[in-house]
Amino acid sequence: MNEPIVIVGAGQAGVALAAKLRALAYADRLILIGDENVPPYQRPPLSKKYVSGELDVERLLIRPREWYAEQKIELRLEQRVTMLSPPEHTLTLSDGTQLTYAKLALTSGARARGLPAEIGGTLPGVVTVRSLTDADAIIPQLRPDARLVVVGGGYIGLEAAAVTAAKGLPVTVIEAAERILQRVAAAETAAYFRDLHQRHGVIIREATGLERIEGEARVRAVVLKDGTVLPADLVIVGIGILPNDELASAAGLAIENGIAVDEQGRSSDPDIFAAGDCASFPWQGVRTRLESVQNAIEQAEHTAAAMLGAADHYNPVPWFWSDQYDVKLQIAGLNRGYDQVVVRPGKRPGSQSVWYYRQGRMIAVDAMNDALAYAFGKKALESGKSITPEQAADTAADLKAALG
Amino acid sequence: MPKVTWILKDGKEISADVPVGHNLMEAAVAKNVPNVIGECGGCLSCATCHVYVDEAWYGKTGKPDDMESDMLEITVAERKPTSRLSCQIKSTPELDGLILRVPYI
Repeated sequence: MNEPIVIVGAGQAGVALAAKLRALAYADRLILIGDENVPPYQRPPLSKKYVSGELDVERLLIRPREWYAEQKIELRLEQRVTMLSPPEHTLTLSDGTQLTYAKLALTSGARARGLPAEIGGTLPGVVTVRSLTDADAIIPQLRPDARLVVVGGGYIGLEAAAVTAAKGLPVTVIEAAERILQRVAAAETAAYFRDLHQRHGVIIREATGLERIEGEARVRAVVLKDGTVLPADLVIVGIGILPNDELASAAGLAIENGIAVDEQGRSSDPDIFAAGDCASFPWQGVRTRLESVQNAIEQAEHTAAAMLGAADHYNPVPWFWSDQYDVKLQIAGLNRGYDQVVVRPGKRPGSQSVWYYRQGRMIAVDAMNDALAYAFGKKALESGKSITPEQAADTAADLKAALG
Repeated sequence: MPKVTWILKDGKEISADVPVGHNLMEAAVAKNVPNVIGECGGCLSCATCHVYVDEAWYGKTGKPDDMESDMLEITVAERKPTSRLSCQIKSTPELDGLILRVPYI
């Protein structure tokens, strides 16, 4: 019997990789290791339909519990990998088990960046939303009179603000940068969401640094750099995520903004692969790490094929989504390095798209309640055809016709 | 529980009893129906749960709303008159016996 393929990290990427190996008729042993106590689940609904009570745990599961046995995938939960030895092809688990692998895939994901303890970042009532445990801890704290401060005006912070404001909590979002969504979107998209949140009663404070969080047994207030004291019963921190690359780093694998892999998902060790939030890969000439469900699944599937010998390169058209109140944001492409932005009003009230160009070439689109703009923008990126700034700006222009 | 049957391109049938209120993308993923992917988890962002509703049932599932109809523009397989995104169809007692055809991708 051959040694197994072992997958470390039981999230979207790990499950997709395992499923793809089986779909490609890989028939040897397959072991999937996760450190949580529930089978792999979807994270995006945690901050939305899960905290609002619309979805229970079973419906968060990526696959039903019995699926793993049916697919002959050995799911080992509540286990961490404490050591990886690439020369020996061995792993040690937290319960002491030692495993030998033929090939290894690291799909260990990312964790929420926290605030330092010395400024109150670890006080009770200061939370992040990344895991089911996080979400379960937050739910009882969402009393309607609880004063909430959200630290970080990125998509995660704004989604948290939307869910809690809809529940009636008084919410303030503080953002250290000049404006919300500074790192991920144009000023036009930020303006759309600032307006949306303000109409729902959320206070948005931009260019506002955090000095410290105060409290004794529990958070009591957030103190801003300008001296303002915001009373707070709960603080949600949404200031980004960090790739879980420590195991790879300790094993001597190349690290560069996560585990560095090639276009096939192979790390600096020929028998170790990585995919998803924890991995960076060469894309359009730049080493890139994408934080999205789509990338977790597609890169993992690509990597599974490469582990079985396929030679083609991973070249995704990235896409993302965010839900806030009744607005569905869909993003196609990556706006890295944009030098021109065009706003296109949609055909329904409140629908709008923001098109990004670099040297005249369309590279991304943000679509707010405008699935058609998203659909055609994505299609353009996939086909290599362009929608010009003039076509995007002209609401009478037929985008479908523009794509021929 | 309402019974739903997916018919694959090669004629193979897969059936499941789907709890009322669950959507038919999650039901398909749970039953390992090939080519119904549901990458976005059912939030109308990816169009990877595209199905053709059997003509006899289209009156009961109803038509796509505006957003769904727009998303049907980017399905990998050809859009047909009874195309739907299955994450937007919820199991109801009226849909007991429903037949969905899975496009070949």
